[in-house]
Amino acid sequence: MTQSEMTPPPVGLPPGAAALRAEVRSFLAEEQAHGHWRPRVDSWLAGWDERFSKELGRRGWLGMTIPREYGGHGRGALDRYVVTEELLAAGAPVAAHWIADRQIAPSLLRFGTEEQRERYLPGIASGEIYFGIGMSEPESGSDLASVRSRAVRVDGGWELTGTKVWTSGAHHAHAFFALVRTAAAEEGNRHSGLSQLIVDLHSPGVAVRPIPLLTGAHHFNEVVFDRVFVPDSMVLGELGQGWHQVTSELAFERSGPERYLSTFPLFAAVVGALAEDHPDRGRRRDLGRLVAHYWTLRRMSVAVAGALDAGAAPETAAAVVKDLGTRFESEVIDVARVLLAVVPDPAAEAGLPRMMADAVRHSPGFTLRGGTNEILRGIVARGLGLR
Amino acid sequence: MNELLAMAESVFGDAWDSTGEGFDADLWRTCEETGLARLTLPESAGGSGGSFADATAVLRSAGRFAARVPLVETDLMAGWLAHAAGLELPGGPLSAVGADGAAEVSVVDGRANGTLRRVPWGRAVSAVVVPVGDQVVLVTTGAAGIRVAEGTNVAEEPRDDLVLRDVPVRTAPLPDGALEEFRLRAALGRSLLLAGAGRCALGMAARYATERVQFGRPIAKLQAIQQMLALAASEVAAAEASASAAALEADRDGIVGASVAIAAAKARAGEAAGEIARIAHQVHGALGFTREHDLRLATTRLWAWRDEDDAEPVWNEQLGGVALAAGAAGIWPLLVGRD
Repeated sequence: MTQSEMTPPPVGLPPGAAALRAEVRSFLAEEQAHGHWRPRVDSWLAGWDERFSKELGRRGWLGMTIPREYGGHGRGALDRYVVTEELLAAGAPVAAHWIADRQIAPSLLRFGTEEQRERYLPGIASGEIYFGIGMSEPESGSDLASVRSRAVRVDGGWELTGTKVWTSGAHHAHAFFALVRTAAAEEGNRHSGLSQLIVDLHSPGVAVRPIPLLTGAHHFNEVVFDRVFVPDSMVLGELGQGWHQVTSELAFERSGPERYLSTFPLFAAVVGALAEDHPDRGRRRDLGRLVAHYWTLRRMSVAVAGALDAGAAPETAAAVVKDLGTRFESEVIDVARVLLAVVPDPAAEAGLPRMMADAVRHSPGFTLRGGTNEILRGIVARGLGLR
Repeated sequence: MNELLAMAESVFGDAWDSTGEGFDADLWRTCEETGLARLTLPESAGGSGGSFADATAVLRSAGRFAARVPLVETDLMAGWLAHAAGLELPGGPLSAVGADGAAEVSVVDGRANGTLRRVPWGRAVSAVVVPVGDQVVLVTTGAAGIRVAEGTNVAEEPRDDLVLRDVPVRTAPLPDGALEEFRLRAALGRSLLLAGAGRCALGMAARYATERVQFGRPIAKLQAIQQMLALAASEVAAAEASASAAALEADRDGIVGASVAIAAAKARAGEAAGEIARIAHQVHGALGFTREHDLRLATTRLWAWRDEDDAEPVWNEQLGGVALAAGAAGIWPLLVGRD
């Protein structure tokens, strides 16, 4: 493996980035001043706020990379990166539009038909159409190629039967991308015969049931298809190319700022509390170590975004960012515990006790979602020529 | 830039010599001929006028091939400090120590007395440039009255004490802010070398894992080994990314403007060093623990360099202080910098 595959070169952000960043910051400050929301950890899973999403859409900060002809803004991926990292760092409620904006729109642009693009992209850009992702199943977690949901050919489309699990936001979303088997796997190629279907979650035969998180909160769902009709026009990309399409989405999904910023609002609160406390040098060191890690992770994540923007497919580098970043998200909690004696309080309305309670209870998800870290290390090992 | 990297890899790769010790005079001559020796110094000072991004390619490569030459010391430290103070640069390899290393030296009427501590490559350089009080002092090592007490770091690179007795030196006033800039330059250079040494150790361990057969197959096929090496790879990536990004920010914002970046890079690369060395040795088994094996050339450098030009605690404490001053509202802007 060459160095650049694992460590893409650092990139500078485009000329307008600083002005864009300032605009977003001022908007976020105004939103908080009006008390519209409070910073929360893991806001991209837990912060569902359709008003906020629509407001972002109105300001041109969703679907930024979607061409104008589809209601987007024709901007670069690094502009989108700037907006996204500012929203996450502020702990803003971005969950409603998150999946649609992050991976559905790029996939539609890459694999979708004209009809699919026209149908969904303008609504994604305006913050009015929300999506989920249907990959995992009760018997298929890390071994995604073993999915059992089946679509069989019927007149004018496909009839889909099966079950998807861990689908964030399916109870609010309009549609999702389901990875399903449309043909038996060929001998020796278990990735063949898989396809992606765009499933309207309000179709007859779709049942969405909550799978409460360990906190009791409802974000995950089980989505059951009972002979759900999906028209031919809602096949995404090519039949049988589902595996390739899904894995090509993952590089976008794995290296974004959400892979190291899920607990950043907690960190900012810790900095604020410590500043009042005149910490000794040992505590300053512990705090500073987190700063060094944050600083580094941000540059790594930006560098992968730059490589993606330049048309590369830095799969190994993206896996590295996610492995380091998501482990770090939990480490922030551990260090916060040492720096400040805060008793986590899930009933607190806001502030450190509440953020600690949310962070620690959400932490198991950090290193699971988007491919477990162990699976990602397997990808890195392949990049090293070990397998 | 790619041409420069290719040249650096060829120059340092060709000089790889696992049995060599001490200063590599042949390699130094090549560095001087190719302009790598004084890469970032301005042409007016006999340098190549390169950027810190150029230095990234060269120093990562030098670290990767365990080059036994004082590139950081000559170019980023001594050369810069003397030039900034307006002192004419002597030819040949140079070295420098900071205010701590020069604390026992006094200069009166152009003559220096005292001991310069742990001067990198002290026995091999033509001059040493150090800050003493409010002066920059240039000590020509050929001068009478200098005794070299040889020492090394754990990588066996020379770190010599220079005992000065009434040695004639050249001096100039220390420019404002030069001490801080000097310290940051040293840390930036050392971070880049660390990243290179990390890459070297990782490459050796990955190669060894594919060659070493146990239980009837290469140990690379064992998931335990794959997971360990993936963790080492992440640490290497963190060291490379932080050091390279700090160099880029130094080009854009100046060395002092990039102080958070450089502090973060040295702290992060220093932290990575121990983990990379640990995993590389664990994968190599007892073989890597022997004098005979080349792995030590990378891992001893990781251990040596993480502690030089200030170890993680110093940089982390500095970053912690900056973070506290920024407060809850300023911490994110601090991390973003001028991006």
